[in-house]
Amino acid sequence: MKDDKLTIVSFLCNWCSYEGADKAGNARLNYPANVRVIRVMCSGRVDPEFVIQAFKEGASGVLILGCHPGDCHYKKGNYKTLRRIYLLKKTLEGFGIEPERVRLDWVAAGEGERFAKVANEMVKTIEKLGPLELSEV
Amino acid sequence: MAKPKVAFYWCASCGGCEEAVVDLAEDILKVVEAVDIVFWPVAMDFKKKDVVAMKDGEIAVSFINGAVRTEEQEEMVKLLRQKSGLVIAFGSCAHLGGIPGLANFWNRDTIFERVYKEVPSIANPKGVLPKTKTKVGDMELTLPEFWDTVRTLDQVIDVDYYIPGCAPPPDIIMNAVSAILEGKLPEKGSVLAPDKSLCDTCPRSEKKPEKISMKEIKRPYEIISDPEKCFLEEGIICLGPATRSGCGEKCINANMPCRGCFGPTKEVIDHGAKGLSAIASILGIEDEEKLSEEDVQKLVDKIVDPAGLFYMYSLPSSLLRRKKI
Repeated sequence: MKDDKLTIVSFLCNWCSYEGADKAGNARLNYPANVRVIRVMCSGRVDPEFVIQAFKEGASGVLILGCHPGDCHYKKGNYKTLRRIYLLKKTLEGFGIEPERVRLDWVAAGEGERFAKVANEMVKTIEKLGPLELSEV
Repeated sequence: MAKPKVAFYWCASCGGCEEAVVDLAEDILKVVEAVDIVFWPVAMDFKKKDVVAMKDGEIAVSFINGAVRTEEQEEMVKLLRQKSGLVIAFGSCAHLGGIPGLANFWNRDTIFERVYKEVPSIANPKGVLPKTKTKVGDMELTLPEFWDTVRTLDQVIDVDYYIPGCAPPPDIIMNAVSAILEGKLPEKGSVLAPDKSLCDTCPRSEKKPEKISMKEIKRPYEIISDPEKCFLEEGIICLGPATRSGCGEKCINANMPCRGCFGPTKEVIDHGAKGLSAIASILGIEDEEKLSEEDVQKLVDKIVDPAGLFYMYSLPSSLLRRKKI
C-alpha cells in the first residue's frame, strides 16, 4: 500500500485466524503493514465499541477474523459476531461511515493463504475509500 | 443562616424537565423552604443581568437541562458555571444530548433547508433563512449562532453531577436534592441514580425465560404485546439490557419498551454500541447453526433506522458524536 498512514485495525481470534496469520508468516506470504493485528480469544470478544473506538482513534478500516461457522472454539461465539458486526455496519451507515470499512470474515488455522488474500483485499478496499475523515466537533 | 441559592436553566429541551420540577408536587414546598431560587427563566422574572451581578460561586447549585446547540446557550451555561458552586446536568438532553441530539445526523444547512423550506406547513416563498445579523432600516437585528453540532452540557462546561431521565422522575430528583442539602454526595462526575441495568429491576424479569432468542423483529404497533412477557421474547426491541435503571419502569408499565433515556451504566462508553450488541446477541440464536448468513442479514434488516434507534437519547455523548459532514 502506498499510503502507509491508512491503518486497518484487525482483530484475530486466537484459535483459528491468528494461527492462520502465523501460517501466512511462516510461508513468507506478503501482506501490507497497514494491517495491524490484535489477538483476541474469540471473534465474539470484539465488542462493537472496540470497532467504533478504532475509527475514533484514526483507523480507516477494521477487520475482524474468526473461525468458520461451526468451528468456533467456544462453539457459538462467531455466530454472535456475525449478528453484531452486521448490525454495527448498518448502524455506522447512519453515521456516514461506509459499511465496507468493516469486514468480518472467516480464516481457519490452516488457511495462511486465505489470510493473506483477505488482508490484501481489505487494504485494496480501504485504499479505494481513502482515509476516514470524521468531522471535528 | 442564609439559604443556599439555586438556579434553573434550560437550553435545547422541550420543557419537560421544568415540568418535572413542578411534578415534585407537595415536595416542592420542602425544596422552596430550604433554598432561595435566584434564577429560573421559565417560571420567575429574573434577568441575565441579575446573574452577571452575582459573585463567582454565589449560586450554590445550578440545575441545567437541555443540550447545547446555540451560541446563546453556550454563553449562558458558561456564565452559570462561573457563578455556581455545583452544576448539575438535569435530564437526558443535558446528560447525553437527548432527543434534540438526534439532529447530529444532520447539520445546520440541512436542518434549515428542511425546517424553513421543505416542510409542508411552511410558506416561505422568498426562501428566507435565519441569519445572525439582519439589517432593518438603519438598525441591525441579531440572533445567536446555531451550531452544526448539538453538544452535551459536559462537552461545554465542567459538570459536577448528572440527574438522568426524560424527564427525571420525582424520586430521583428528591434523592439528589436531599443528597446536596445534606452534603452526602458521591464522587464528582457521578450519575445520581442506581448503577443497575433496567432488566435487573424490570417487573417482567421474573417471568423471563432462562435464555431469550428473538426469532423476529416486531415494532410496538405491529402486535398487541402481552403485558406480562419480556418485550425481547416477543420480538420487540427494548434497550433495558443496556440502560440504567431508576426510572420507575414507567414505560414498561405502560406496555412500551425502553428507549434508553437514563443512558448507560457507569462502565459503558458508548450506549448505542452496547444496545446494538445486546440485541444482536440474542437475534435468531435458536438453531443459529442452521441459519445462513443471508438468513441472519434478513433478520437484522428488519431493524428500521438502527442508528436512530440505538442512539435515540445518546448521540452527542457517543464516541462518534455526530454523522460525518
